[in-house]
Amino acid sequence: MFIVTIKRIIKTGLINFYRNGWVSTASVLIMVLALFIIQSAILANVLLTSTLAAVEEKVDVSVYFKLEAVESEVLNIKTALEELQEVASVNYISREESLQQFRDRHGENALISNSLEELGDNPFGATLNVRAKTPSQYESVALFLERGDFSAIDKINYRKNQVVIDRLASIISLSRRAGAVVGLVLLAIAMLIVFNTIRLAIFTSRDEIGVMKLVGASKPYIRSPFIVVGSSYGVVAAVVTMIITWPLTFWLGPFSERLFGGINISTYFNQNFFSIFGALLLIGVLLGGISSFIATRRYLKL
Amino acid sequence: MIYFDNVTKHYDEGKPSIDGVTFTIEKNEFVSIVGQSGAGKTTLVKMLLAEEMPTSGAIFFDSININELSGEDLPAVRRRIGTVFQDFRLLPTKTVYENIAFAMEAAGRPDEEIVGDVPQILDLVGLSGKEDHFPHQLSGGERQRVAIARAIINKPDVIVADEPTGNLDPVNSWDVMNLLTKINEMGTTIILATHDRDIINALKRRVITIEDGKIIQDAKSGKYIL
Repeated sequence: MFIVTIKRIIKTGLINFYRNGWVSTASVLIMVLALFIIQSAILANVLLTSTLAAVEEKVDVSVYFKLEAVESEVLNIKTALEELQEVASVNYISREESLQQFRDRHGENALISNSLEELGDNPFGATLNVRAKTPSQYESVALFLERGDFSAIDKINYRKNQVVIDRLASIISLSRRAGAVVGLVLLAIAMLIVFNTIRLAIFTSRDEIGVMKLVGASKPYIRSPFIVVGSSYGVVAAVVTMIITWPLTFWLGPFSERLFGGINISTYFNQNFFSIFGALLLIGVLLGGISSFIATRRYLKL
Repeated sequence: MIYFDNVTKHYDEGKPSIDGVTFTIEKNEFVSIVGQSGAGKTTLVKMLLAEEMPTSGAIFFDSININELSGEDLPAVRRRIGTVFQDFRLLPTKTVYENIAFAMEAAGRPDEEIVGDVPQILDLVGLSGKEDHFPHQLSGGERQRVAIARAIINKPDVIVADEPTGNLDPVNSWDVMNLLTKINEMGTTIILATHDRDIINALKRRVITIEDGKIIQDAKSGKYIL
């Protein structure tokens, strides 16, 4: 009997979804809008995070050594830095490599290459590029180098970059928090709209619910088909949202890569197609089902 | 079988719409409740269906006080009472077949019984061949016959008909009354609320006449006296 009842409920729900075509279409469209907003928030967050990561990658502290610094001394400092818990990586550039990089960069400039020839000696000191795990940790790395009083160090470019690095660190944390708040507000608005749409759809069925009660149908038997209909809105809306988003990300992909310097949004979308679809499906079904459950409550009262 | 014990119903301050009504209806009776609009017929019917609660007094259905039933137990009692209304109250998004099948599904009857019983009932009320029509595709008389089919499909003990002929022309009215009489002869108690003089006088059954919420006459083979 239980199986028969479940079968009847699902069948009734799907028939009602089909027969109330216009109400279903309107509800699905609203739900698509809500899911699209949620999805955009997810993708925007991915884009922002990858952009920030790309920017963070470019921030580092360079330690310049005196010309007469011995290589073993430089390597000692490198080891000491690597032992710091804040440090992500240390990159050693020897005097020769510095010169080579400089030559490569200004190869076409005859004046500069001529001057180097004239000089005869290598004017560059060795360099260590230090990368911290997060931007806010550069301060302590710089302090470590300054307090260590290493005689071989010529200068550290941290103080010069400090303002930029600090600002970047605060922008990053602020935009993360703002993104979360905006995302939550949008989610709340979307849920309210969906709930109200479904409530209106069920409002049109209030007389029917009254008749069903008089015929002697139990509350769960009256209510369940409405929950099936609400969940169907979620399923169809999730599919439609994915169909809309796919060409959109394809089109925006190269653009996002150029503008933000992070990942290609289309690649990300395709790689995570099933987890995004699953998330939208889950949100849609829950949103539709719970909204229907709450909306039928009122008309089911005696 | 049905017992109204000193039932009073106030909707708001002022005159009660039902005032200290007591009567008993036996099994297999055909009882008409007669009164002008606003006399309290519909209120009586609503209280019997537990759509409204009496302000004081009690209503018993086979020794069950239906006003003390919880929301879970109520559907089972309602399945023992078939209802027919002036405005038909069919489910507009379901076909004739589905409207009748719904009552059986709600009662938890198996599919084989539904497939077997619904065509029989449709034949009884003269609607064979219209099972796939929606209510809006039917005439008033046909809709009322669907409602009657739905009311009797679960073999209820009682049929409550509230102005079942109110929206019908005389020919369809007599069709409906003949159906109800036939159902009564097959062993179902019928409670008919109406203010149709011709029907009451032709039936020659028990008539309870109410005015201003009070019973003014309860006659075994009654006539329309208002």
